Amino acid sequence: MNILVCIKQVPDTKIIKINPKTNTLDRSSAPAILNPYDAHAVQEAVRLKEVHGGKVTVLSMGPPQAKVAIKKCVEIGADEGYLISDRRFAGADTLATSYALYKAIQKLMDEQGIDLVLCGKHAIDGDTGQVGPGIARRMEIPPLTNVIKVEEVDLKEKRMKVRRKIEDGYELIQSELPCLLTVEKEINDVAYSPLPNMIKAARYNPIVWTVDDLDDVDIKQLGLKGSPTIVGKMWPPEKSAGAEMIDGDVKKQAKALVEHMLEKRELFEVKGGEKV
Amino acid sequence: MSEKFDVIVVGAGPAGTSCAYTAAKNGLKVLLIERGEFPGAKNVMGGILYRKQMEEIIPEFWKEAPLERPVVEQRFWFMDKESMVTTSYKGLEWAQEPYNNFTVLRAKFDKWFADKAVEQGALLINETVVTECIVEDEKVVGVRTDRPDGEIYADVVVLADGVNSLLAKKLGFHKEWKPEEVALTVMEVMKMPKGSINERFNVEDNQGVSVEIFGESTKGALGTAFLYTNKDSINIGVGTTLSGMIKKKMKPHQLLEELKSHPMIKPYLEGAETLEYLAHLIPEGGYNSIPKLVGDGVMVIGDAAQLVNAIHREGSNMAMASGKMAAETILKAKELGEFTERNLDSYRTDLYDSFIGKDLKKYKDAAHTFEEHPVYFEQYVPLMNRAMSTMFTVDGTAKWDKQKKIMNSFTAGRGKLGVAKDLYRAWRVVK
Ligand SMILES: Cc1cc2nc3c(=O)[nH]c(=O)nc-3n(C[C@H](O)[C@H](O)[C@H](O)COP(=O)(O)OP(=O)(O)OC[C@H]3O[C@@H](n4cnc5c(N)ncnc54)[C@H](O)[C@@H]3O)c2cc1C
Ligand SMILES: Cc1cc2nc3c(=O)[nH]c(=O)nc-3n(C[C@H](O)[C@H](O)[C@H](O)COP(=O)(O)OP(=O)(O)OC[C@H]3O[C@@H](n4cnc5c(N)ncnc54)[C@H](O)[C@@H]3O)c2cc1C
Repeated sequence: MNILVCIKQVPDTKIIKINPKTNTLDRSSAPAILNPYDAHAVQEAVRLKEVHGGKVTVLSMGPPQAKVAIKKCVEIGADEGYLISDRRFAGADTLATSYALYKAIQKLMDEQGIDLVLCGKHAIDGDTGQVGPGIARRMEIPPLTNVIKVEEVDLKEKRMKVRRKIEDGYELIQSELPCLLTVEKEINDVAYSPLPNMIKAARYNPIVWTVDDLDDVDIKQLGLKGSPTIVGKMWPPEKSAGAEMIDGDVKKQAKALVEHMLEKRELFEVKGGEKV
Repeated sequence: MSEKFDVIVVGAGPAGTSCAYTAAKNGLKVLLIERGEFPGAKNVMGGILYRKQMEEIIPEFWKEAPLERPVVEQRFWFMDKESMVTTSYKGLEWAQEPYNNFTVLRAKFDKWFADKAVEQGALLINETVVTECIVEDEKVVGVRTDRPDGEIYADVVVLADGVNSLLAKKLGFHKEWKPEEVALTVMEVMKMPKGSINERFNVEDNQGVSVEIFGESTKGALGTAFLYTNKDSINIGVGTTLSGMIKKKMKPHQLLEELKSHPMIKPYLEGAETLEYLAHLIPEGGYNSIPKLVGDGVMVIGDAAQLVNAIHREGSNMAMASGKMAAETILKAKELGEFTERNLDSYRTDLYDSFIGKDLKKYKDAAHTFEEHPVYFEQYVPLMNRAMSTMFTVDGTAKWDKQKKIMNSFTAGRGKLGVAKDLYRAWRVVK
């Protein structure tokens, strides 16, 4: 089973600062890390490989420093990593990103065959969650988003079953193979990498492709030129006011909560729990 | 059996990286293992990097390394509660190549340096803790890490794991350090605009100042405080021997807070914002505390070997020099074909013959003496301050009378003989 995982290097948004003048991320203020969801995607691929055999390949679009994120994937257990890196990819929005990744996937598909594509649920910097479905659409394979568990893989019949997280529970879905999954963190725990993987990763040099290494690329669909997204305005979300904790037994809590909601919505003219 | 290397170096601080760099450059297969997220991530140093020993590893490193400022002035402040006596040397020859020393931020510097070792062919793995040496037939043959399948083998294991060196301790090379053998130091990196630094310390953009502070900064305990200028931040810290802290019942962070609000220091810090707070031990046992340095298949370098000259705050340079010597010894042992204690022992003799052994020997009784006789820090610094105040306050008293008064104040507490003894003792341990 050959599995391809798309991975992105992102600034660690847990600690990143926002430039107060331009309202953009100050990328120098935070270290670049592997998008946390993508780490789970790679881990899942490695797990499936252990069961079904085959190979795990990771693919990323980004600047040369993104090699570090690819090496991290080798630590987790990926066999190979490709970086597509070229000035002409720069400034891509989700449409152009998924196009570029799709072109690289096509080439890998021709070279080695791909049974399954994995992505993270979303990237913690861009946050759109559109790249995965964008790739699936172009590949004309089913996108299964928000996957929390792979239930079954049947390579003979070329189909798989997964659990998708939905608002009030989960959904069990069967799909043909190949298909594309975007994964949630619940899907697995990223294991502490074994020492031989660490050594392999330290030695590993990802394969770098430029636009010229891809076939039949429409340059107009790449990078800034291929990106119809226009950023109108950016601003940090307003800080929400401090939360109020309600304690007591269930009855007491329910009462306090209802009172609070009624008061807040100004229904029934309730104040301090009393009708006025 | 898993892969085998020529050398495994544990710890990517200045000692380990120097060793890995030198060994890899000479064609050895080197694995450098670091527990931090990256080399330097948690490493702590006041910040003075010495040019000489670094240059012997990477010539003209200053053209490329992430350094802060070349130090052009070294100041010494002997501080009392509301006064200080100062002395300094400033020389613009230090503002030009090849410079004398530099301020650095270790998080940046260590990472850069380790990348240089990787360029020479060393393999670096981070976020991996070495838990112990693998010993077979009383010979160290590799290390065990905290990772799954975590055993890895080598002809020689070099322990550069810093001051605590649990690994050397596990091998029985040394015991737990005693409270008087280590100094506990805390420091802060504080953000300050370049312009303010230049103005307050009277320097230009690419010139730095180091300030060593004695006396009130440690409440008279054996230790020092420091203030160093980076590009657009400053490092301020204070430390005393652990035994000093215990004796005086001081908390290190409290000492630092008091230092920061001391009237002689406070104006320098106006508007500065704390970026990082760090705490670390410094090995200060000196010559008498150097542990066993060599065994079959194993060597100890840097802080792990207690190689710090506390009086001159030299540590990183000794770490580097020892790392280089260790690598050179391994190369020689490789020619001999065996990595026995005997074949590795020239590291120990080279080290003792070098400036490291000589300097540590010179001061071997200093720390011990100053610790036993706290008068130097507790009494003489305030006395110096009062002497200056008396001498320079114009109040109609004749200078002869003032000098007499000063002499009396020195001998009042300790007697003439006492002072003579104190002076002789101090001279003897630093001569
Ligand atoms: C409004 C807006 C404006 C933007 N403007 C700009 C701009 O002007 N210039 C600019 O450079 N960027 C810009 N970006 C960022 C850029 O569009 C996205 O970072 C990029 O297209 C990926 O989208 P995402 O981060 O939302 O990823 P998501 O769709 O959230 O990512 C989901 C998954 O897709 C995969 N994936 C995503 N990106 C990659 C990748 N590069 N390589 C491999 N796999 C990947 C990963 O598996 C990831 O987990 C903008 C983003 C937004 C939302
Ligand atoms: C506050 C302070 C100020 C100082 N000021 C100066 C100064 O101005 N100038 C100067 O020259 N010296 C100074 N020193 C001393 C100097 O910092 C040290 O002498 C020097 O860092 C020693 O280098 P090292 O490589 O031996 O150890 P370290 O720099 O401590 O490096 C040890 C490395 O080993 C890693 N490690 C430890 N255990 C393990 C393990 N089990 N597995 C894997 N990795 C491990 C650590 O993460 C670390 O990266 C100062 C020290 C302090 C604390």
